Amino acid sequence: MALKYTKKTIDHFLHPKNIGKMDRPDGFAEIGNMVCGDQLNFYLKVDKGKIKDVKFLSFGCASNIATASIMTEKIKGMKVEDAKNFKWKEIVEDLGGLPQQKIHCSIMAVEGLQKAIKDYEKHIDEKLKKEVREEVKKAKKIVVEKK
Amino acid sequence: MKVYLDNAATTKVDPRVLKVMLPYFSVNYGNASSIHTMGQENFNVLTDCREKVAKILGADSRGIIFTSSATEANNYLIKGIARANRKKGDHVIISAIEHPCVRESARQLEKEGFRVSIVPVNYEGLVEISELEKLIDKKTVLVSVMMVNNEIGTIQNISELVKLAKKYGTYFHTDAVQAVPYLKIDIKELGVDALSLSAHKFGGPKGVGLAYLNPAVYAEPLIIGGGQEEGKRAGTYNLPGIVGMTSALEIAYKERSEYVKRVKKLRDRLWDGLKKNLPDIQVNGSIKERVPANLNVMFGYVEGEAILIDLSYKGIFVSTGSACSATNLKASSVLAAIGLSKHFLNSNIRFSLGKETTEKEIDYTIKMVTETVGRLREFSPVSKL
Repeated sequence: MALKYTKKTIDHFLHPKNIGKMDRPDGFAEIGNMVCGDQLNFYLKVDKGKIKDVKFLSFGCASNIATASIMTEKIKGMKVEDAKNFKWKEIVEDLGGLPQQKIHCSIMAVEGLQKAIKDYEKHIDEKLKKEVREEVKKAKKIVVEKK
Repeated sequence: MKVYLDNAATTKVDPRVLKVMLPYFSVNYGNASSIHTMGQENFNVLTDCREKVAKILGADSRGIIFTSSATEANNYLIKGIARANRKKGDHVIISAIEHPCVRESARQLEKEGFRVSIVPVNYEGLVEISELEKLIDKKTVLVSVMMVNNEIGTIQNISELVKLAKKYGTYFHTDAVQAVPYLKIDIKELGVDALSLSAHKFGGPKGVGLAYLNPAVYAEPLIIGGGQEEGKRAGTYNLPGIVGMTSALEIAYKERSEYVKRVKKLRDRLWDGLKKNLPDIQVNGSIKERVPANLNVMFGYVEGEAILIDLSYKGIFVSTGSACSATNLKASSVLAAIGLSKHFLNSNIRFSLGKETTEKEIDYTIKMVTETVGRLREFSPVSKL
C-alpha cells in the first residue's frame, strides 16, 4: 500500500513542534486508539482563559505525530473557549490533505485536546470550589469573632 | 546514501537476466503457440526453459506450469486441487502465517462449503507436527504450509509435514516464494505435490511465476481459454518473462553458496550493531530457523510506520507489519500468530537484505536506525511495558 503524505505532513513529522513533557500542567490527557494502538499525551498550561502553552508525547505513526504537532501550533495562544470548537478538518486542510486511512489520526488529536481541556476545567472547578469553601470558612470565622 | 533493505518485497532485476530477456520483446517475438518457424523456435525456447527449471527444482518437467505470479499459482493450486478432489473430502488446512493470497483462497473454498482449519505456529514461527496431527483426517484434501515466511523468514520443516500428510492420502502444497536461493528446493525429495514460485523475488522480472503440480494430480484450472500449458493455464506464453525467470533461477542457484555466506554475515552484523546500540529490542521469530537475509525486529516504545517513514527520508527502505501501515489498520497477522503481545505488535521493522547489500550500507543502517529510534523514543509516552 502506498502512503502519500504531503511535504508539510513530513515536515511536522520530522520536526514536530511543541513536543515533550510539561511539569505541573493545568490540564492533562492520555488518549489511545483501540484500532491502531497509537497513543498521545497532551499537556496544557492556561493563563487568563488562554492556552499559554501546550506540549505532547506520541507513540504513533508519522501522521499521528504530524497531526498533533500542527494542532498544538494552531491552538497555542487560543482562548480555551475557542479551542473547544477546534475541528479536525482544520488539521487535514492545513496539512494539505491526509491519506484516507490516516484521517482518524487528526480526529484522535482533537479528542485528546478536548480531553485535556475537560481535565483543566475539572481542576479549575475544584480550585474554585476550594476557594469558595475557604471564603465561606473565613466569613464564618469573622462572624464568630464578631460575636 | 540509498540502502534498499526490502528484498523480500521485490528485488532488482539482475542485469544478466535483463540481457537475455530483451530479444524476446522485439526480435524473437513470435507466439510460442504459432506453428510457423518464428513460433516453433520460441516453443523450443519455452520447452528448454521448462526443462531447465524442472532440473533445478528436482521436478518432473511436465509438472511445471508458468503463471503470471505466485499469487496466481497459489490461487490455482489451492482452489484447483481442493475443487477437483472434492470426492476425497471437504477439508483443507493452511498455516496461521500464510500469505494473504493463500488465506483468501482458503476463505473462498470455505464459501464453497469446504471446512478450513488453521494450523498454529509456535512463538518461533514454526508449525509443530503434533499440531498438524491434531487437525488432519481422512477427509483432508490439501495441506498448505509455506516454506519460508515472508515477514519473519522462518523456515518450516516441509518434508516432515509432508510425511504426515501422505499417511492420510492428503495432497501437500508449499508456497516457496521466499525460499530461493536460501534453501535448495528438491521437489522429489520434499515430496510435495504442489509448489509456487515468483521470479521477482530472486532477481527475475515481475509478472511471471510458476506453479508446480505433480502430473498425477489434477487441479481445476483457474484461467481457461486457448489451451496453453496443456489446458492447465490459458494465456499467451510470456516468453520474455519465462526466459527471465529461468535465467534468474539458474544464476541464483549457481551463486548460492557464496551469496548465502555473505548475506548471513551482513545480517548478523546488522543485528549485532542494533543490539549493541539500542536497549529493549528483540528479534521476532526464530533466529536459527530463518533465512539469512531476513531480520525482523521489535523496537519497544515506538511505532513501526514512524520508523519506516523516518528511515525512508534517510534513504533506507524497509517494511513493517504495523497496523498504521495497513489500509485496514490491522497489525500483522503473522506477528500475532507467533504470540507477540499487543503492546509490541505495532513496533516492528523487517529488514530484508539482498545480493546488492554491502557492509557499508549495513553500517550506515545501524547508525541511522539508532538515530531514528532514539529520536522517536525521546517523545514516546510509553517507556516500560
